[in-house]
Order: sequence, then C-alpha cells, then structure tokens
Amino acid sequence: MSTLTGKAWVIPNDYINTDAMMPHRGYDMAPREQESLVLATIRPGWAMLVQPGDILITGRAFGTGSSRPAPTMLTRLGIAAVVSESVGEIFFRNCVSYALPVLELPGVLSIVTEGDTVSVDIELGTFDNRTTGVSARGEAMPSMLLDTIAAGGTHAVLRRDGYL
Amino acid sequence: MVHKVLAARSGLAEVHPGQIVVTDVDLIVLADSVFNPEPERLPTDIKKVAHPERIAVLMDHAVPAPNIKYATAHKRAREHAKRLGFGRMAEVGKGGIEHQLIFEECLALPGQLVASNDSHTSAAGVLNCAARGLGMADIIQLACTGKTWYKVSPTIKFRLEGSLPFGVYGKDVFLHIAQLYGSQEGHDIEFEGPGLESMPLDDRATLSTMCTELNANFVMMPADRLVREHIASVTDAPYIPVEADEDAEYAAIYVVNLDDISSGIAMPNAMNRNVRSASSIGEERIAIDQAFIGSCANGKLSDLRVAADIVRGKRVAEGVRFIVTPGSQQIYLDAIRLGYIETLAAAGALVTSSTCGACAGGHMGVLAAGEVCITSSTRNFKGRMGSPDAEIYMGSSAAVAASALAGYIADPMPALLALRDTARESA
Repeated sequence: MSTLTGKAWVIPNDYINTDAMMPHRGYDMAPREQESLVLATIRPGWAMLVQPGDILITGRAFGTGSSRPAPTMLTRLGIAAVVSESVGEIFFRNCVSYALPVLELPGVLSIVTEGDTVSVDIELGTFDNRTTGVSARGEAMPSMLLDTIAAGGTHAVLRRDGYL
Repeated sequence: MVHKVLAARSGLAEVHPGQIVVTDVDLIVLADSVFNPEPERLPTDIKKVAHPERIAVLMDHAVPAPNIKYATAHKRAREHAKRLGFGRMAEVGKGGIEHQLIFEECLALPGQLVASNDSHTSAAGVLNCAARGLGMADIIQLACTGKTWYKVSPTIKFRLEGSLPFGVYGKDVFLHIAQLYGSQEGHDIEFEGPGLESMPLDDRATLSTMCTELNANFVMMPADRLVREHIASVTDAPYIPVEADEDAEYAAIYVVNLDDISSGIAMPNAMNRNVRSASSIGEERIAIDQAFIGSCANGKLSDLRVAADIVRGKRVAEGVRFIVTPGSQQIYLDAIRLGYIETLAAAGALVTSSTCGACAGGHMGVLAAGEVCITSSTRNFKGRMGSPDAEIYMGSSAAVAASALAGYIADPMPALLALRDTARESA
C-alpha cells in the first residue's frame, strides 16, 4: 500500500466509543443526516467539515464498545486513515474489514497539531508530520491484514472467493 | 486459559501475545442485525458456508421486528438458516438474547472457542469458553470460510477472595472493578478464586458479560462444580474444560475481596472510574423518568426475582416508567410460573418480550432529551438509549427496582434488608 498524505484532525479524547460514531438513532436517517452525527456528541459540527483524504488523529482505545461497523461512517465522511494512541480491538478488526487504514502509534498526540499535513504508511508502520518534520514509527501491519485492506475489505474478498 | 484454547484451535503448540493466529471456531453466532441488506452488513446472500452445524442465528437485536428493515432482516435470517442448514435458529418467541441462550442451552461448552458479531460475547466466558465479539464483516467471513484470526493478547487475572455480601450482585462486582481498576484494553481477563466460586452463575454471567465494558478481549472463568452441574442439567455432550497452568504468565494479577463491595452506581456517560456508592447517591434524590431491567447482562431470572420481591404490593412512583425485559423466552415463562411477572405488572411495571430493546436504544424504551434513566443493562454511554441529551445511570437490578419505587436513584439496601426481616419473621 502506498503512503497516504492528508490534513490532520485531532480529536484527543480517550475511550471514544462506537455509539458516538454511529448512534442507533441515526440508523433510519437519510445518509447525509446520519453522517452528520459522527462524533457529534464530542465535537458538534465536525463531521460536515471533513474533506476527502483527511487523516484522523485520536487518543487511547479509539472505538471501544459496540461491534457495529463504525469505520464505515468515517470512510463515508472521507477520512483516509486513522492514527491513534491505541485502538479498540473490535474497531481495529473493523478497520481492516472495511478497508480503513489504521495505525496504532503511542505518543501521536504529542507530535501533531490539528491542521498539520501528515503522512502514514500502514505497511511500514511509519508516520511523518510534514509540517513539523517529526517522524515516528508504530508496528507494521501484518501482511494478511494488509491484503484484506488492499482488496477493498472483507466483503470484497468474500465476493472474489465466491461466498457472497 | 485463553492461550490454550487459541493454540488448540489454530493447531499450534503454544501462542504468544502479539502473535496473529488463524483458527477454527466451535460456535459462530449471527444476530439478526447481520442480515440487514446494507453494504456493510449482508448486501447479498451467503452462497455457501464451511460448517453449517457450528452456526447459530439467534435473533435478538430487534424482536419482534419494529420496522420493515428488521422484518426483512429476520426474513433473510430464516431463509439462510433453512437453505444452508444452520445448527440452531432461534425464532421470535422461541429464543431470546443470544448470550443468555448460549448459557441457558449450553450452545457452547467448556474449552470451546465462541465468536459472534455482538460485542458482549465475552458473556460465554462463564461457561469456561474462550469467547469475544468480532465485527460484522468478521462474522460473515467466519460463517463462510470457517476461519477467523485473532491477535493474541496478554492476560490479566482477577483473583476473587471472600464471598458475595448480602444485597451485592454480579453487577456491583463489575462496578467495583471498573472503579478501582478501570479499562483493561488490549488484554484478556481470567477470573479465579473462592470469591468467584461463592457467586451464583447468574452473577458470574453478568460479570463475564460486563468485562466487555472494561474493554477486555477474551474473558474466561473456570468450569467449577456449579458450571458442571448446570451443563449436566442441559446436555450430556462431552467436553474438556481448560484450566490455567500453575506457571501461566499474567500481565497483572489483581486480588479483589468481595467482602469489600457494596451496592454501586455508575454515573452517566462512562463506567470505568465513574462509579459511586448507591448509599451516597441515594441521599441526593436524583429524579428519574425511566427504570430499565434487561439485556444480556441482567435480564436473568434472578434479576426478575429481586425486582418482583422489591415491588411486591407496592406501586411504581408517579412519573416513572419501569420497563423489564426478560433475557429469554425461557426466563419469561419461568417468571410467569413463579408469579414474578404478575407481581411486576401489578406494581405498574411494563414487562416486554425478550430482546436487546431499550439497552441499545432501538426500541422498547427509547429516552427523550432531558430524561434520566437508571438501568441494569450493559452501557450508559451518552446517547446509548436514545437522545444524547438523556442521562443514564447504571446499577444492579435491585437498585433499579428500588429506584422505580422511590422515583429517584435509590440505594436498594433498605428495601432488601426489610425483605430479609420479613422473610425471617415468617420463618
């Protein structure tokens, strides 16, 4: 996978849960209305400001709680990658399944200011703040999981293999 | 214990934290929510599955169907179960909440690996299963291919000493741990000790379920005498329990004395490090609009029993709606036979069909802006049960029932002590 470069949004709260990204009350709303609810209880109005290619920087255990497919809400907003101090385990799996590049990078909040231009390469586990010149390295994503993301997610793999 | 199960199911001699393993899974549970025809769920039908006998469709998230979307999902679930020959299909009215059914029907047995798309799958840890929730796409892939992957986690052990005090429940044990130890993200949790053995299975199941809210991955408890007796009452299928090795490595070992625990209440929006004692909150008389007992964590027969005992001969407070959702059809039936439902309904409680219901904010008790709820269900996140401008407190089912009568968040202990005194007098 290639390096992704975009403008950083920083939502530093720890333990942001998936109810906050994909609340049940939005399930029956029109798509745009549902998208406007993403993290709206934490940062009202943010969802509508995201531009395609932006990169989201978050705190510890991002995406705890329910197993709902919350990464799809971020990709619908145009978020190209998530870089977090750490990521909830089911949410991490869902990022892989729904082809949202994700990097766990302890310390990331201390090297990014919102609006910086940042680059992330999940294959290498590297992160560069292009605005400040500061770099950091997390764990490279295992090839099995990279393959799923590169194929467009689990549903695409299952269609390719004749299961769906 | 978890590492042993993962090693066995992946065909490896041993596994280590950080390693990614590909495994078979003994029980694969699909909730009704999988079958919604949205792109991220199941947009097209499954054509083939690897091990249909290992797959169970347990319809619970929205039962009976509250809208056309769920009605369609239920229809598709039935079609899939029939066409592909799934091992178990819990029809509306013949099942209940999946985690309750796994326990009640022993759909998985000690030493087995259990997966579901629901995050509270750690519930099956009470049966000495290695169980945790996966994602929606994960569970579809697992159903199709028979395989999934896990990143092996380090383990934290909670050793429970003492015994469960009078008027203290599994929910209070969880709240105590959430307050003292907080989030355990990135770790599996194992329980052991005489305190655990002193806990009834319902309370252990609540604790196992609620460990998802400590952000734990797998949760496991040993298969002691109570667990084995429960299984023997349901099935004579063979199983091999898994035990922790004497020299097993733990990231941390915490000792919790159950004697130190009292009735707790989680304040709104979070559970970890956000718990206070029910006796102190009771003094503040925080008015409530709704009281809810239910969910995979606390829709058990013992929850309905304590609620019925507390409200017997009394009336739910003016301006409060008290909603009780049994965890399964079997619990509903047992509660009818034992008179609990009559007692609850006579007191002004609404007893619903078995479903996730109000816990997930989908239907059967959604909160409006500005409302206050006390619940014994699984989560008090902002907006979880409806409006993000509602406040959700969490306590044991006894605390919920006592609050429903008082009209404000109440310490259940005075009501429980009065019940004990009455019982002693009549004896």
